[in-house]
Amino acid sequence: MTLKDIETEIISEFEMFDDWTDKYNYLIELGKSLPEIDEKYKQQQYLIKGCQSQVWLHASYEDGKINFTADSDALITKGIVALLLRVLSGRTPDEIINSDLAFIDKIGLKEHLSPTRANGLTNMIKQIKLYAMAFKAKYEKE
Amino acid sequence: MNFDIQQLRKQFPALHQQVNKKPFVYFDNAATTQKPKIVIDRLNDYYNNENCNIHRGDYHLSRKATEAYENTRKAVQTFINAQHHHEVIFTRGTTEAINLVASSFSKEFINKGDQVLISAMEHHSNIVPWQLACKERGAELKVIPINQKGEIIMDEYYKMLNDKTRIVAVAHVSNSLGTINPVKQIIEAAHEKDIPVLLDGAQAMPHIKVDVTELNCDFYCFSGHKMYGPMGVGVLYGKEEWLEQMPPYQGGGEMISEVTFAKTTFNELPFKFEAGTPNVADVLGLEKAMSFISSLGYKNIQKHEKELLEYTKKKIKNIDKIKLIGTANNKTAVFSFLFEDIHPYDTGVILDNLGIAVRTGHHCTQPLMDYFQIPGTVRASMAVYNTTEEVDKFIEGLKTVRKMFG
Repeated sequence: MTLKDIETEIISEFEMFDDWTDKYNYLIELGKSLPEIDEKYKQQQYLIKGCQSQVWLHASYEDGKINFTADSDALITKGIVALLLRVLSGRTPDEIINSDLAFIDKIGLKEHLSPTRANGLTNMIKQIKLYAMAFKAKYEKE
Repeated sequence: MNFDIQQLRKQFPALHQQVNKKPFVYFDNAATTQKPKIVIDRLNDYYNNENCNIHRGDYHLSRKATEAYENTRKAVQTFINAQHHHEVIFTRGTTEAINLVASSFSKEFINKGDQVLISAMEHHSNIVPWQLACKERGAELKVIPINQKGEIIMDEYYKMLNDKTRIVAVAHVSNSLGTINPVKQIIEAAHEKDIPVLLDGAQAMPHIKVDVTELNCDFYCFSGHKMYGPMGVGVLYGKEEWLEQMPPYQGGGEMISEVTFAKTTFNELPFKFEAGTPNVADVLGLEKAMSFISSLGYKNIQKHEKELLEYTKKKIKNIDKIKLIGTANNKTAVFSFLFEDIHPYDTGVILDNLGIAVRTGHHCTQPLMDYFQIPGTVRASMAVYNTTEEVDKFIEGLKTVRKMFG
């Protein structure tokens, strides 16, 4: 499946929810089931600071694809992290660099990515794109 | 109660809106209060009919605006019972007022090896200016400890006052905890050693009658926007004897007496500390905010808010795994709390979806959060227009949070 296919899949999952509590209950479930990040990556150097909730992000490059693992101290933030990783992890640097993550708006979670929410998510996406650019520069020299 | 709460709420246009299709419950009053219509109208009226620069134009409108501006200074003097109207300096807010004192007072009175005392519950606005001043003057910032209830440990405070202490700067009311500090005792003890005291009154003014003469404080700082007035205006009250001795804080127009390229002589109080074109509209708005408070009376405000405090205290206790941070015996209607197992951000997001506005995070008091070893809290802070029905909605909201997070 392409990155866009997964976005479409997520959008149709969210279309099933009748009200906001269902949506947030689902995010909470996603947050709870996000595979745990290796404890050694839950350190200062992997920390993306938000004013309110914090996100830890680790990236590795293998066979042309970037794998991300992440965690957050807030469960709703973690649920959104899980969605972002479902879309972005295991993708090539170019796919990541060119993604616009439009699905976030379509599932009604755009407000969580506003810099004013200070939950670490905006900076997390920035950091993911930076990793993609760095890995591209390092491994994909033309 | 001597006022009709529904009538009172009608004076606040912003309260009557839907948020996420639910009636808006505003419990972030410690961050800023909503504005009554008389304040909003005053701003409109000023810009529609009276706008011009003051203190310099010798024409009708300028004279009128100057008079209104200076009358507000007198109104503030009366409101806080200062001895002289020139002891009232208009600033942008509490933060600027504290910065003014920290910067200017320290240049004259703080030297290498001296000490400045603050408390462990201070807002960053009453920490950072003093850190900067201490760094510049080679002085030391000392922190008065607090207990687990969020109260200043007075015995420790008394011990910390010594011949190196140059000033004590503490909050009248804590923004994160709602603790009302025993400022009278704090001031008396400091004065026994001739040490001046600055009070950060940002969180006190909307709730408590402040009488600077009775308190005998040396400096008192507050913001208009936390007491139903406009943003961008605040007050520094300072005793004449201190203000006279302090050098100007900023240079510019208005604060001068005579300027040549070689030398400037400064204007007298209060103008010495009001450089540049003042914020006339918001100062006039502040006058209306004080009128609003006076029309209700602090006694009635306190009575109503005490009811909200006691009512919420009783209700919040019954919620599972909730921990209150700040349980001082003497406090305002501020509830800082945490669910033991739920991040404050998560709680805030769910309450927001229910149309309830609370603050989550460290509330600009990171050292205080470190003391309690927590990342932050959820804070519900109430004002005179809040109702027990809103408290019920808030409590229901907390139950929803509890249910959603298991």
